[in-house]
Amino acid sequence: MNGNHEEVNIEGLLRADRIPHIWCPGCGLGSVLRSFLSALIKSELPLDKVAVVSGIGCTGRTAGYVKLDSFHTTHGRAIPFATGLKLANPELKVIVFSGDGDLSSIGGNHLIHAARRNMDMTIICVNNFTYGMTGGQAAPTTPLNARTSTTPYGNYEIPFNIPYLIAAAGAVYVSRWTAMHVRRLEKSIIEAIHKKGFSFVEAIAPCPTQYGRKNRQATGLTQMNYYRDNSIINHGADPRDVGIELNGPINVGKFVDIDRATFSDLQADILDKAFPPESKPQTETTRT
Amino acid sequence: MSRHGLLEGEYFMNGDVASAEGAICAGCRFFAGYPITPATEVAERMAERLPEVGGTFIQMEDEIASMAAILGGSWGGAKSMTSTSGPGFSLMMENLGLGAMTETPCVVVNVQRAGPSTGLPTLTAQGDMMQARWGSHGLYGIIALAPSSPQEMFELTIKAFNLSEKYRTPVLIMTDESVGHMSEKVVIPPSNQIEVFDRRKPTVPVSEYLPFKPDADLVPPMGNAGEGYRYHVTGLTHDERGYPDMTAEAQEKLVRRLIDKIELNKDDIIELEEDEIDGADVVVCSYGISARVALLAVKAAREEGIKVGMLRLITAWPFPNNRIKELAGKIKAFVVPELNAGQMALEVERCAGGAAETVLVGHMGGNVHDPQVILKAIRKASK
Repeated sequence: MNGNHEEVNIEGLLRADRIPHIWCPGCGLGSVLRSFLSALIKSELPLDKVAVVSGIGCTGRTAGYVKLDSFHTTHGRAIPFATGLKLANPELKVIVFSGDGDLSSIGGNHLIHAARRNMDMTIICVNNFTYGMTGGQAAPTTPLNARTSTTPYGNYEIPFNIPYLIAAAGAVYVSRWTAMHVRRLEKSIIEAIHKKGFSFVEAIAPCPTQYGRKNRQATGLTQMNYYRDNSIINHGADPRDVGIELNGPINVGKFVDIDRATFSDLQADILDKAFPPESKPQTETTRT
Repeated sequence: MSRHGLLEGEYFMNGDVASAEGAICAGCRFFAGYPITPATEVAERMAERLPEVGGTFIQMEDEIASMAAILGGSWGGAKSMTSTSGPGFSLMMENLGLGAMTETPCVVVNVQRAGPSTGLPTLTAQGDMMQARWGSHGLYGIIALAPSSPQEMFELTIKAFNLSEKYRTPVLIMTDESVGHMSEKVVIPPSNQIEVFDRRKPTVPVSEYLPFKPDADLVPPMGNAGEGYRYHVTGLTHDERGYPDMTAEAQEKLVRRLIDKIELNKDDIIELEEDEIDGADVVVCSYGISARVALLAVKAAREEGIKVGMLRLITAWPFPNNRIKELAGKIKAFVVPELNAGQMALEVERCAGGAAETVLVGHMGGNVHDPQVILKAIRKASK
């Protein structure tokens, strides 16, 4: 068992016996994971009380690489699983680490409802604009006109602007960085971890194999250069203005940082009124 | 308003409410659910009662989320339950499979209504019995209990929790609208007279714990999240460490065990109620509300001098293969009344193996059988 500040490095938080990982050369997941683990160490949370929950997909494999209580659940269901975990043991710091398709498509309903409830958890959403594991199909995040294996002539669906969606649904902390902004991403994850309530960090990440190659960004380096040349740090931007277009600018920064009562705060308020502290649990035999 | 603790004494309550009270007596302290007729009263009762005993109720956005949440709740260390009916049960199948694969103790109450689809939302049926066994994709063992009365809703919900904790598996309560909405006397014993089984905890040091290494009974001890084990839990085929292992060998070892831990412990799990089986020519085999309706026909048949026994399936899954086989050699026929087009009857027929005839008395639901129809089937089968 650990105290509050455990001496640990990033290697100590990885399951070395599960390496090599499955991620492709040029993938942004390793970089985002490193920022996350570094943030976790700097957050000084007791690591035995940290649980990582993932859904399905390339990002969903993250849970399997971290040496923490970690749950690789079903596609889209990481958030409701995490909700149960948190409510059953409020001591846990629950972090959902999953992909854009997992969280915003198949898991979209759970995403907005957890934000609405202001469930106390941190979401790290790695957005590579595609379904990588299944071969690069269109996601709800795929920019208009982008090519994917299911939009061979270009995507004719309007994508979600995830920060706008999640801010509207009620998240108290919303930020976006890219896999290139390793230090800013790390700092943002630390803030999100310490934020009480539903905190959400979007990490834009390269998927050269399944997305970049189809969209003239054939290597991880090309995609990283695109992020470097086109990212605009825009703290406090109105989330409605941070949608991403193909080859367009990427607004990054902290968009939302507000305070709002969490599910558990409101639950405690209401139940404390219903059951004043002096009324003790009792056995009674005449209730009908 | 004062906080009520565990109830004790005699009550007049419906089956849904009795199931909720059974859950609370069994130690359930987390419930996630979604409103659906005719199971809503379970959730409503839990919403009222869990805060009184220090538990947490949450109404989720749908049944997919409800099932996911109770798995998370269970890994968080709380005995967890949800309740639903047909359409919601269908939505739960995905995460029921995750529960089977990750060996997560939890209880799902299905108060069956007539389907398919929206069907007859307020009216009774028993059409989900095969879905209970096979509803999630792939291979796994499962336990399902079939209460016939509010009293049994109370008792079998406790039993369901005990079995789920003992065998690390989701356990299903497969009741029906008739039993769920029927109000009868329910006797709740003092809590010190209720047997409650809690999950077996690891006895090895944290560093040596393998979360999916079974004991002799094929069930691995279970540590909870936050206790320092830092384990990995996945719906992928995995080894004893919980690590993904994408091989046919790992699949054979793991999935075989998921099935065997139920099958090889059948004698401990299965509960049957038998009446006048010895010397019978015909055995009526039924469950849930249909078993109660069948009693009238059985009684009438006995008055006519027909030697008819009654076998009530309190445990529907795992199926009592051996007992059916044994009886098949001694009797002329099984008569199986159920509110579907033949589900458990197929199991009876399979196990009888032609040694005795199997007569299905099917009914599509919406109401219960006319006992006269069952009586006619008994008469015919006895000849």
